[in-house]
Amino acid sequence: MASVEDVRMLKTKARFEIDETTAQSAQLPGSKWLFVPGGIVAIAAWYLVYRQLASLTDWLAFSLFGLNKSTHLGSAVQFLLFETPKVMMLLVLVVFGVGMIRSFFTPQRTRAILAGKRESAGNIVAALLGVVTPFCSCSAVPLFIGFVTTGVPLGVTFSFLISAPMVNEVALVLLFGLFGWRIAAIYAGTGLLIAVIAGWVIGRLKMERFVEPWVYATELDNSEAVGQELDWSERIRFGREAVRDIVGKVWLYVIAGIAVGAGIHGYVPENFMASIMGKGAWWSVPLAVLIGVPMYSNAAGIIPIVQALLGKGAALGTVLAFMMSVIGLSLPETIILRKSFGCRLSRYLSESLRLES
Amino acid sequence: MRNIIVYGPGCAKCKETERRVRHVIEASGVEATITKAVDFAEIAKAGVLATPAVGIDGIIKLSGRVPNEDEIKSWITER
Repeated sequence: MASVEDVRMLKTKARFEIDETTAQSAQLPGSKWLFVPGGIVAIAAWYLVYRQLASLTDWLAFSLFGLNKSTHLGSAVQFLLFETPKVMMLLVLVVFGVGMIRSFFTPQRTRAILAGKRESAGNIVAALLGVVTPFCSCSAVPLFIGFVTTGVPLGVTFSFLISAPMVNEVALVLLFGLFGWRIAAIYAGTGLLIAVIAGWVIGRLKMERFVEPWVYATELDNSEAVGQELDWSERIRFGREAVRDIVGKVWLYVIAGIAVGAGIHGYVPENFMASIMGKGAWWSVPLAVLIGVPMYSNAAGIIPIVQALLGKGAALGTVLAFMMSVIGLSLPETIILRKSFGCRLSRYLSESLRLES
Repeated sequence: MRNIIVYGPGCAKCKETERRVRHVIEASGVEATITKAVDFAEIAKAGVLATPAVGIDGIIKLSGRVPNEDEIKSWITER
């Protein structure tokens, strides 16, 4: 039974196409203009290796190590050997592409677009910009102050702040790669919708009164925007730095996630998850969120687990809720935000993130 | 005498930025005061939207990422 499933899964995986428009490899020559042919060669090499991964790891697991496909160990090892390089390759490619895309969007530019935008339309634009504008959680507060004091409405600012961590571009493309575009679209759509609605509600409720007074009292020196134009070699450097930064940080989680996934894949009986995280039980969604919140890690580590859970019959909604709670709701971030929003407002923020499930 | 401010509430990237700035200053022998702005209000007031950021003599040179040492060197040597 397991072997039939394996073959089917491998066949689907083998058909994956990669979005070649964002495809750039991490190893590019230092020279300024060599990156065009260098990039094409690197993408081609990447693609060839990626296409051959399935048969290569099959050969490794079943021929070289002599494992049997239908045993628990065999299917777990094969999963580990195949998913690890696959996810890492996708990750490098995606992070590099996103790093380059992000070099076009600075917080200053985003703010300029959002300033003076009205509610509703502004909420939508803000949620979309939240996905591509680079900012880390420790910038959330200065960003918040910088936005609201220069005339970006509070609700619009929140749409931005909510969508940024919730629609994680790494998660998005990994979902696309591992599960297909439908699930990626559900993930992105839900995240954006929640960000738009939550921001709109916050705007409607006139939450401005809950913002600590010193925030609005802050006067900006209004110094120049930091925005020198970048050329392509600099954007490539951005992409490379993003790879070093992000992949360097998450690779351990990825491997741990895949190892857990491999265990689930090989040893958990079919449809076991269906009884726990299946469609039927109403409490499955809140429970999954509850388990997910303290497990704050990151998209890259959680997706292999998600994939294995789905394979064992967990309901898609529950699993997506689990994943988004893991990525979107982090304790440290809530604590930092607390400082400038006051207790009430930060509770609204985490509630709104929780509501997405 | 250059006046350098590193903006950042204390995340890993901010600390790395400060470390690099100090390192470059020590190595180059340029006279400078280095201060770290950790207060959110102060950071926002300077017009910084994304940390880490580096300001030299009142001008924000970079924000949102960790500068490499060559960049820092070019800022402190230019007049």
